[in-house]
Amino acid sequence: MFTIVRREELAGGTVILNEIEAPQIAKKARPGQFVILKANEDGERIPLTMAETDPDKGTITIIYMVVGKSTALFRDLQVGDGYQDVIGPLGKATHLEKVGKVVCVGGGTGVAVLHPITRALKEIGNDVTCIIGARTKDLLILEEQMKNASHDLRICTDDGSYGHHGFVTDVLKEVLNQGDIKQVVAIGPVPMMKAVSALTKQYEVPTLVSLNPIMVDGTGMCGGCRVTVGGATKFACVDGPEFDGHQVDYDELIMRLRAYQEDEKKCHEEYCTIRDAR
Amino acid sequence: MADKAEKRISRIPMPEQDPKVRARNFLEVPTGYTVKMAQEEAARCLQCKKPGCVEGCPVGVDIPGFIDLISRGDFTGAIRNLWSKNALPAVCGRVCPQEIQCEGRCIVGKKGEPVAIGNLERFCADYEREHGTGALPPKQSPTGKKVAVIGSGPSGLTVAGDLIVKGHDVTIFEAFHKAGGVLIYGIPEFRLPKAIVAQEVNFLERLGVKIECNAVVGRTVSLDELFEQGYDAIYVGVGAGLPRFMNIPGENLVGILSANEYLTRANLMKAYKFPDVDTPIPHGKNVVVLGAGNVAMDAARTAMRLGADSVKIVYRRSRDEMPARKAEIHHAEEEGIEMFLLTNPTRYLGNDKGRLTGMECLRMELGEPDESGRRRPVAVKGSEFTIDCDLCIVAVGSGANPLLTSETPDMKLNKWGYVITDEKTGKTTKKGVWAGGDIVTGAATVILAMGAGRQAADSMHDFLTLGW
Repeated sequence: MFTIVRREELAGGTVILNEIEAPQIAKKARPGQFVILKANEDGERIPLTMAETDPDKGTITIIYMVVGKSTALFRDLQVGDGYQDVIGPLGKATHLEKVGKVVCVGGGTGVAVLHPITRALKEIGNDVTCIIGARTKDLLILEEQMKNASHDLRICTDDGSYGHHGFVTDVLKEVLNQGDIKQVVAIGPVPMMKAVSALTKQYEVPTLVSLNPIMVDGTGMCGGCRVTVGGATKFACVDGPEFDGHQVDYDELIMRLRAYQEDEKKCHEEYCTIRDAR
Repeated sequence: MADKAEKRISRIPMPEQDPKVRARNFLEVPTGYTVKMAQEEAARCLQCKKPGCVEGCPVGVDIPGFIDLISRGDFTGAIRNLWSKNALPAVCGRVCPQEIQCEGRCIVGKKGEPVAIGNLERFCADYEREHGTGALPPKQSPTGKKVAVIGSGPSGLTVAGDLIVKGHDVTIFEAFHKAGGVLIYGIPEFRLPKAIVAQEVNFLERLGVKIECNAVVGRTVSLDELFEQGYDAIYVGVGAGLPRFMNIPGENLVGILSANEYLTRANLMKAYKFPDVDTPIPHGKNVVVLGAGNVAMDAARTAMRLGADSVKIVYRRSRDEMPARKAEIHHAEEEGIEMFLLTNPTRYLGNDKGRLTGMECLRMELGEPDESGRRRPVAVKGSEFTIDCDLCIVAVGSGANPLLTSETPDMKLNKWGYVITDEKTGKTTKKGVWAGGDIVTGAATVILAMGAGRQAADSMHDFLTLGW
């Protein structure tokens, strides 16, 4: 069993942080890589990119939004409980390079994945501007950590309850207009990554995105995570999860992410009904 | 006398679930021999002096020997005899292509039906499981040598079983959360119950084999790190497992899956029990399976059991070239699966929601044999037609998975990414590392993977004890 040693509720309990004992993975993992977690015997294999790793303590940290039955099951695990299975590190690590001025754009729980990448980009000497966004102030996560990981942090909320009133792309446009941006890293909901990529393409700024398609094994075996990048089929688990944002077919990805929507909804509702009845 | 000759010709059929009933459940299709049936069938064996069946068996099971023990009612002796050559008799008795191996060489088969060697092997293993003492085969004293086996499929299990009884300390590393490899994720419950695989794995554990699940060698740990941890030799049996698609337009529509994904959801994750388990699986009304190997048959029969109205196998060659076992094709047809032979899909059709609605196909005819020795299919001009479908499972083979090999640059690969090994020993170009099974040969059968494991285990034992 992979024991949970720390549990925090973020964004009013809709987002959960779990620090998990997984010494082998903690030792090997690099920013941008993911793990697959399974809560119990009958559980689903869920891929999540690591927000943090502590090789000395032998722990990894994941941060996820509760959206379906599987993540609801994860939420119910307390400190001292554990995941039956944690597999990883999987996928390719982020290619980190000193290029000068970079902008890291994060939305929702994507900020958790963005955090170690942002910190690493700063550590190797880049000038890092960070733009993070959420629907509303209460859903914003890791503000303090992102502030420490970057030189300049900008915040946006869709409803204007905090920071800039509007989308991350509005602020990104301002930053791009100041010129000299060498790279953008965007991690968040697919529509956000799509919008950011469309914008940075106009400015011809290379853009890295991290994709989270439906996946089963995470080792290249099932092909469920296939995405079209530059007209070719790629497997996000072994070729990714990070890709050139200008080459990704986002509409296809959005469509494929909906494959099990109805099943998941039914399953989640049933689980919540049983849970509430207790 | 006439009676006896008559008896020799007709083989005792294995009882099976009724096709109409079984097409909607996941219970095993053949239900197994009774003691009486097994002994009657065993009596058909001629006990040849030069048995062709043994030559036809990739692991050299003493077939006349174990069959003789059955006919004499010594079932414990029979399973001991089997175990001395085969660590997985319950598996082999069910999934080996006997018709082209042992049974294909049976003298009785020259005039009538060959002795049902597979059924008898299965009987022994099942009898031992249900009535046996649970006693283990003898083990040699510890050698103090540590062996790592990467992958817990048929070849890895064979290596582990062989080396543990020779006194070595064996640990299996498995990437999935459950041991068994293709036996667990690939072969459906109705053909190979998971409880039986678990039993075989447990047998190795009782012998002292350690199993580490969730260990993706190449990611969680590298081969060099395993050597640093004190392993003296490593066997790589990671299987093939990179799904092939047909590269035709519309391939990423929702409703098109690799057989690997479909079968992994159904078998390993038990998605047929959704929502009692959490992993979903797509339920097609009209299902098409591309390909005609055993994997295609497994996928088609699974789709039928998940409630499809129609399931079609689409294959570009003719019935004679279908690579699946005859018995599996027969079972599939009995269960109502239709064969669309000499048919090649050219593109997928989808709706505005990105979901599969059908596929366009061309009729084919057979020309001269190609490099594979099978007659080359040639498209018939103007023969386009459409098959309506809402689920397509692609079972056209797999390539070499690069996860481990790409992280092991000093282990040489051929141009297709498969590991290069010495044919007789299974030695790779990396010192102390052997390989076998699908990662060496490309997708093949359970028994060939076991044969490769057997050869490698012998060579590894020499290396560990003699130093070469």
